[in-house]
Amino acid sequence: MLIRFITLVLFLLSIATSSLAQSDPKALIDQLGKADFKQAEELIGQIAATGDPRVVPALNAFAEGDLYARKSDGAVFITKAAGADFTLIDPLSGESAGEAPKGSMVKLRINNNLRRVIRSATGGLTLLSPDRAVRLQAADAVLRSPSAENLELVEAALSKETDGEVRARMQEARAVSILISERPVDQKRAAIETVASLGGRGAISILMSAAPSLDAALKPDVDAAIARIETTQAFWDMGQNVWYGLSLGSVLLLAAIGLAITFGVMGIINMAHGEMVMLGAYSTYVVQEVIRTSAPNLFDWSLAIALPVAFLVTAAVGLVIERGVIRFLYGRPLETLLATWGVSLILQQLVRSIFGPTNQEVGNPSWMSGAFQLGQMQITWNRLWIVAFSLSIFIGLLVLMKRSAFGLQMRAVTQNRRMASSMGIRTPWVDAFTFALGSGIAGIAGVALSQIDNVSPNLGQSYIIDSFMVVVFGGVGNLWGTLVGALSLGVLNKFLEPWTGAVLGKILVLVLIILFIQKRPRGLFALKGRAVEA
Amino acid sequence: MITSFVLRALEGRIVMAVAVLAAVALAVPASNLLLSPDSALHVPTYAVSLMGKYLCYALLALALDLVWGYCGILSLGHGAFFALGGYAMGMYLMRQIGSRGVYGNPVLPDFMVFLNWKELPWFWHGFDMFWFAMLMVLLVPGLLAFVFGWFAFRSRVNGVYLSIITQAMTYALMLAFFRNDMGFGGNNGLTDYKDILGFSVQADGTRAVLFALSALMLALCLVLASAITRSKFGKVLVGVRDAESRVRFLGFRVENIKLFTFVVSAMMAGIAGALFVPQVGIINPGEFAPANSIEVVVWTAVGGRGTLIGPIIGAVLVNGGKSFFTGAFPELWLYALGALFIGVTLFLPKGIVGTVQSGLAARRAMKAAARAEASGNDDRAPSQVQAAE
Amino acid sequence: MNLVKSETRPKSLLYLDGVSVSFDGFKALNSLSFVVEPGELRAIIGPNGAGKTTMMDIITGKTRPDSGQVVFEDMIDLTRKDEADIAQLGIGRKFQKPTVFESHTVWDNLELALNRKRGVFATLFYRLSGEDRDRIEEILATIRLTHRRDDLAASLSHGQKQWLEIGMLLAQEPKLLLVDEPVAGMTDAETAETAILLKEIAKSRSVVVVEHDMGFIRDLGVKVTCLAEGSVLAEGSIDFVSNDPKVIENYLGR
Repeated sequence: MLIRFITLVLFLLSIATSSLAQSDPKALIDQLGKADFKQAEELIGQIAATGDPRVVPALNAFAEGDLYARKSDGAVFITKAAGADFTLIDPLSGESAGEAPKGSMVKLRINNNLRRVIRSATGGLTLLSPDRAVRLQAADAVLRSPSAENLELVEAALSKETDGEVRARMQEARAVSILISERPVDQKRAAIETVASLGGRGAISILMSAAPSLDAALKPDVDAAIARIETTQAFWDMGQNVWYGLSLGSVLLLAAIGLAITFGVMGIINMAHGEMVMLGAYSTYVVQEVIRTSAPNLFDWSLAIALPVAFLVTAAVGLVIERGVIRFLYGRPLETLLATWGVSLILQQLVRSIFGPTNQEVGNPSWMSGAFQLGQMQITWNRLWIVAFSLSIFIGLLVLMKRSAFGLQMRAVTQNRRMASSMGIRTPWVDAFTFALGSGIAGIAGVALSQIDNVSPNLGQSYIIDSFMVVVFGGVGNLWGTLVGALSLGVLNKFLEPWTGAVLGKILVLVLIILFIQKRPRGLFALKGRAVEA
Repeated sequence: MITSFVLRALEGRIVMAVAVLAAVALAVPASNLLLSPDSALHVPTYAVSLMGKYLCYALLALALDLVWGYCGILSLGHGAFFALGGYAMGMYLMRQIGSRGVYGNPVLPDFMVFLNWKELPWFWHGFDMFWFAMLMVLLVPGLLAFVFGWFAFRSRVNGVYLSIITQAMTYALMLAFFRNDMGFGGNNGLTDYKDILGFSVQADGTRAVLFALSALMLALCLVLASAITRSKFGKVLVGVRDAESRVRFLGFRVENIKLFTFVVSAMMAGIAGALFVPQVGIINPGEFAPANSIEVVVWTAVGGRGTLIGPIIGAVLVNGGKSFFTGAFPELWLYALGALFIGVTLFLPKGIVGTVQSGLAARRAMKAAARAEASGNDDRAPSQVQAAE
Repeated sequence: MNLVKSETRPKSLLYLDGVSVSFDGFKALNSLSFVVEPGELRAIIGPNGAGKTTMMDIITGKTRPDSGQVVFEDMIDLTRKDEADIAQLGIGRKFQKPTVFESHTVWDNLELALNRKRGVFATLFYRLSGEDRDRIEEILATIRLTHRRDDLAASLSHGQKQWLEIGMLLAQEPKLLLVDEPVAGMTDAETAETAILLKEIAKSRSVVVVEHDMGFIRDLGVKVTCLAEGSVLAEGSIDFVSNDPKVIENYLGR
């Protein structure tokens, strides 16, 4: 009963489609199996001319090289490999048509010219689809590979289109198609304007490739349009560079901000600072491992959980280092440097012994992956989050230093230890907690850096020199200096890179900082006066 | 003038050290070349090279001590001068390979042929001549130290700031030398040497001579360092370390004093690097790694900074320990090195030699005080005891 | 023009005119003018933050003034010279905190300070001559440290370090000696002896002493300048200055 019903529906459907089409698409597709390239091109045109959207998958499969003809009867199918056999799919209905051994099928030959023809044909076809998304996609396809033949189809579609965004895209597609058609000069001139307003490298190449076939009268228009696009493009490129620079700068800021406390405020040269970052990254790894095994649905929260864990772990390690080593070395900065270097070696080896020397896999939560487009710029979510994150840490720290009681004690101790102590501040504990705070912040930075860098025992080493450069460049003892230092070094680096390449750019930045420190030994935002000498 | 300068250097301890070095320079090669391999006293060739390496490190530590121990400049970039000296030597050795390379090019080293370079870069010219290469061993590190120090000391970059920018300097050089288009063999550095002044670098005899040269060069630099530190200049140097502004207000040009010392020290480091390369058979950008330079600091600290013998003892002890650990317990070496850094700064700030010296001085002072008390003239006693020296 | 100038200006060893300097908006010196004549011993008093140390920093080239003239021996513009130049011109300075080379002996401290060629190679090949030896012995006697000549400076008492530093300045043979709080932390006996020492020194050169100890200044019995808020408040004999109402209000207190 059911089977009979289905066959009836199918029968009715086939009548309906054949009455719409000028010719039978199924027959045309089957003809593809025997056609050479030239005939195939014509056939594709005829298939497209049926206006039947069902042919799209078959044409796409043809372009992909998945269209095969059966040797026995010449029937054409879309195929999928299934072991030694092919699964056959009816090219029109998309229904399964059984399986066949690979040897019984012959592949329809395809070349790039045909692919192009197919692209524009399908582009035209789907322009009339009832599905908005499909229409948008189709307009994009035309935009990417315009052809004069499709022009009328585009215009037809345009006349029926009501959706604003799709309409705009179709307008652009039409303009692009006009440029390579035989339309009159004034239409082309308008089209040039439309293409120019598209912007981007794509628009330039469309204009460039269309230019030779255009009227001489249009040449100034094309040149002006290209120049205009290039100006905007340069602007966007600059924007992109600034963004990359800010993003690198915020990474530097993250790495350096803990150091801005331990070195900048307390004057401790902590060479194990990088290892605090590394420990923070490993804390993230451990948290994710625990979540993976015990509560996988919490994975998107893993970073939020890792933040306090990393802070506590590294702050605790920092506390131990301060109480165990550094407090005996106050006033002897060079010795502190050596001892903390020793600490860094031990921490690295410890992590290597526990987790192994190789990189650990730290996953990105879903909200941190992917990217979006802003004008001509591509912005990835993880970079955006890291910029936001480092700025919020900076602001948080600033508030802590300026507004909280602990911040007040901290500043009191750094400015006048003896006076602070006689006012009843427990200076040793302020020292210890300040150092722990700096270390903890380095740990938090490690959580963020685990998202964009390899988590290995050497992670910290790669940041330590950069972090010191940032703090020294910005001016010791000044959080704002660290911010400005990090961001400007990041941007400088990214602006040098296109000229010099990444490595040479980094070397140049280092050399520039070295020269800068010679000029202004106290950094960008230096404290002045007699107090400095003391 | 010069003779008094040199004679002043030959204080008891230094003479003894020079004698020991000379004896080692003779005995080790002799035992390697003359004794049969079965003899208990035979030193195998690999051990000769290993000890030669230690001597080069000792020279590097001595160079660092001159600036750090006496002048208070903690350079975290001395590895750079060492490596530059090494590269100068390595370039000479590469040119000596001639057409015996894998690609058989008579002029271009293999890595240049591999990179499809057609001709020798300008800075490789002249390195086929030994004298020129040796000149560069001194001049290149010296020039870098001069330029760097000229800027740094004039603008009074001091203390940890200086340490940090010296570290940045060696880091930047490391990044640069890793680049293939710098023309120094990139990642792989310079290696596969064949011979030096016509003698095969693999031959036992060559290795023995290189060892002896390392010991003699160390002795020579030790005498030079002693002469410098025991002159009035050396006293000014210590003054700069302890009270820089006092020296300035006495009318000395502190920047020139520092610059001179820094350049001399960099040249010594360059010599050490040049002797190092033929003995280990390779120089690569890893020698510029900041970690290497910091390790030199710990050798110096262990032995005792501000003493000339200390860094030599420290370098040999720590590197001996390193060879032992990395052979027996490779996992533990970094723990041991880390602990050494912490332990020395916390418990042995004067280092081995410094601690022994001040211990001896304290005993001498106690004896003198006891004697003075016995003679009942406590006021003038110290001067009498010291004047007798 | 030059002639007119040298007439309008008294023949001076050190001449400061309208010197101002500020750190981050804080005016440490405010149009300070001040003259030291050859062979003069001068005392400077003033409350904390009056600019006494800053003034010394400017004279010795450690700090550059924002405006104003600093002239030595009527012709040499000190604002263009650095510490080493100024020291070689003949201006010596004693710091507030005694600063000597602690890991050198008393003798070596004086030998280093001796006014001889100070270049790198001159010092490398320097040999102690008989003349230099006598000079050092003489200074040792002056600063009463002959019996401790071979001890490390670190082992000296606080007062002895102050004397050693003064001795080093003598060895420098300066024309002008700037002395910052020489008796801070000294016993009364040491203080009295220091006053005698300074008067002795001032016989052959100009000395400027900054001090808080009024008794000590009375012992010196010389012209006094009182500084406050970066400029000169009063100048004259100790009795004149200590009776000045402005000085009483600003410094001595009622």
